[in-house]
Amino acid sequence: MIPELGNFSLVLALSLAVLLSVLPMVGVYRNNQLLMTLSRPLSSGLWVFMLLSFGCLAYAFLNDDFSVRYVASNSNSLLPVYYKFTGVWGGHEGSLLLWVLMVASWTYAVSLFSRNLPLDILARVLSVMGIISVCFLVFMLFTSNPFDRLMLNPPADGTDLNPLLQDFGLIVHPPMLYMGYVGFSVAYAFAITALLTGNLDAAWARWTRPWTNAAWAFLTIGIALGSWWAYYELGWGGWWFWDPTENVAFMPWLVGTALIHSLAVTEKRGVFKSWTVLLAIAAFSLSLLGTFIIRSGLITSVHAFAVDPERGLVLLAILLVVIGASLFLYALRAPVVKGTASYTITSRELFLLVNNILLVVSTAGILLGTLYPLIHEAVTGDANVSVGAPYFNTIFLPLMALLVVFLTVGSISRWKKTSVAYLKQQLAKVAIASVLLGIVVPLAITQEVNVPIFLAVALALWIILGIARDIQTKTANKGSFISGLKSLSLSYCGMQTAHLGMAVIILGICLTSHYSVERDVRLAPGQGIEIGSYEFIFQGVERVQGPNYQADAGEVTVLKNGASYLTLRPEKRTYFATGSVQTEADIDVGFTRDLFAALGDPRGEDAWVVRIHLKPFVFWIWLGAFLMAGGGVIAICDRRYRVRESARKDVPGQTTDGLDPSLTGAS
Amino acid sequence: MNKRVKLFIPVAIFLVMAGFLLYGLGRDPNTVPSALVDRPLPEFTQPSLYPELGEYSSGDFLGRILLVNIWGSWCPPCHLEHPFFLEISETEDDITFIGISYDYSTVEDREFLAERGNPFDFNVVDLDGSLRIDLGVTGAPETFLVDQQGMILYRHIGAIDADVWNDKFVPLLRQIR
Repeated sequence: MIPELGNFSLVLALSLAVLLSVLPMVGVYRNNQLLMTLSRPLSSGLWVFMLLSFGCLAYAFLNDDFSVRYVASNSNSLLPVYYKFTGVWGGHEGSLLLWVLMVASWTYAVSLFSRNLPLDILARVLSVMGIISVCFLVFMLFTSNPFDRLMLNPPADGTDLNPLLQDFGLIVHPPMLYMGYVGFSVAYAFAITALLTGNLDAAWARWTRPWTNAAWAFLTIGIALGSWWAYYELGWGGWWFWDPTENVAFMPWLVGTALIHSLAVTEKRGVFKSWTVLLAIAAFSLSLLGTFIIRSGLITSVHAFAVDPERGLVLLAILLVVIGASLFLYALRAPVVKGTASYTITSRELFLLVNNILLVVSTAGILLGTLYPLIHEAVTGDANVSVGAPYFNTIFLPLMALLVVFLTVGSISRWKKTSVAYLKQQLAKVAIASVLLGIVVPLAITQEVNVPIFLAVALALWIILGIARDIQTKTANKGSFISGLKSLSLSYCGMQTAHLGMAVIILGICLTSHYSVERDVRLAPGQGIEIGSYEFIFQGVERVQGPNYQADAGEVTVLKNGASYLTLRPEKRTYFATGSVQTEADIDVGFTRDLFAALGDPRGEDAWVVRIHLKPFVFWIWLGAFLMAGGGVIAICDRRYRVRESARKDVPGQTTDGLDPSLTGAS
Repeated sequence: MNKRVKLFIPVAIFLVMAGFLLYGLGRDPNTVPSALVDRPLPEFTQPSLYPELGEYSSGDFLGRILLVNIWGSWCPPCHLEHPFFLEISETEDDITFIGISYDYSTVEDREFLAERGNPFDFNVVDLDGSLRIDLGVTGAPETFLVDQQGMILYRHIGAIDADVWNDKFVPLLRQIR
């Protein structure tokens, strides 16, 4: 009964989504206020029924309703209750339901938090988001219904959730990632609206920015969680593999980053308008492309969903509608939203343009690398090509190094025109200091010449010292340093926090890549190995009982410089419920290094294979990602996104009402 | 180039890409699943399911036709295909059957094989999941057919029965024998 209710809610949600995508849009063109105002209640209705539907599937999971096919293939009566709940998004159908629930949630959020949007704009935005919901609800109901019943011979028990998914990291990773993916649909809807109205002004950019930041922050966290999971659960010390599934999440992130910067220019200076619109379309399109690639099984990957080409065909049709139609609309309408303001060669606008070009070129490189095996096969008929990390690193790392060079210059320069003398005065010392320190500090600590390390440290210092210099300049005339800090706007603080995150990530990645030590050794109790100033001594393994598992618990004592330091307790757990065993690595997370121990397998007597890693600064990778996401959130809190009227005053010559004559005529 | 025409570049790029994607979907779904088909079996050194037997390396099996089956005692479809494996392991003398335990519960795997019969010539455990990841395994059961040169000829996702065997494996076996 409950699964039927869930199915029925899905159908109702689809009906509401159809109404949402049609009625307000009709209202706009008929100038019918009533139809336009329907967009809000329809959005709420869509959200409520999606939530109900999700609740029904969760109920079926929690109550072991194995007559539902999806539950039967992704759960088991012995599964712990929290994994029963997270099993809801453990497979294709359920995660698609979560995906659409999130589209509906973003739609509902826009209808809630956009009280200061003109009604006709809101109606268009919500309508466009309604169309996205319609596409994916149709896809779900006709090809991947999570409520399908196994009418004949429902199994007595389920086949269990994939053991790899029974892990905290993978519980939170997909929802965060989807929130990011789907969140770009808001920027996309705003972009389509701008193309439809032909009106793209500072206010438009101001409405779009917080939504884009929010989606980007979710995506940042989602990607970081995925990487963190790979690091601590797979336990082979890697945190990024340039796997297609990672790439398809990373591409919308890169374009989203470009979009955030381009939106800033569009808001402040009224230029790059059609470019901003294109980026907004591209960010969401790449999210959809990612969904398509993963769910159609098009490209073989370590952790993709089950393969089903027929679903792929329907998804490709959706892609054609959503991406193809919007890019076509862009081609027709982009001249209408062209910017008119001018800027010079050393303005902030130009540096942000460079930022955009670098980010888009890296995205294009990654896209090419990801799709290349497919293209190669289509052209030559030879299926034996794979593109690996060396290609991606060659493309990506130099571009990012260049990006960082421009990052500091861009964030310190001024809009419209920045004199070269000013840049020199601000940055000459910063440049010299970062290059010198970048060479001297690593050299002093390691006593070896390592150019990539020099470069990474110098680039990170270039960002950090640049931030310090800029804050110093900005607070110089504000009396005390504290009152100066208080006068900084939140969007400025957000920007610098995110940039600081970038510096931290660079340090983390570079230091970890170069200085990690990884050893797999066979150790008998009492034996040990020495890595750097640490000595790891294996004390043996004993059987312990956990609440729902039995484990071989190892004990590895760590000495630092010969003195007792700490004890790592890696475990190998056999869960009673499924009989599956999880290797639980024990990681001592430190600010400057992680100590990592995991049990391999027993090797006769009392000896075990023990995997021991010393990973310097690896924590900084996730710290940096967290800072970036935090920066995005801080920027959202800026007052000006909540001030109703100020939108129309800042940028002279542009209005939010009606069509700006200077814009509509330009082409 | 005309400025208006330039604006159609994004949609043109997208349509070309969509063409490739469509081509990708049109490929034989049986060849899609593995990037490893027509490539060598990844090298590995893994312990035996029976600790007293030490460990096996991929090199030990060169020169033989291999049927590599990834399975786990917890996995119902693996139970389903198990009797069929017992059957063909009797009749197909020139094929070396290698079982790779997908879960890590070596005790239960050993019990399972003791109770229901052992179709495998060699039993390997993949304790840390590294071999599974090298093979790009998405779940259990999965089966790889490997020729005498150590190249993967075919990968099957899901349980194998007589139909699958006759349709997919027998023609390939005829070629390499």
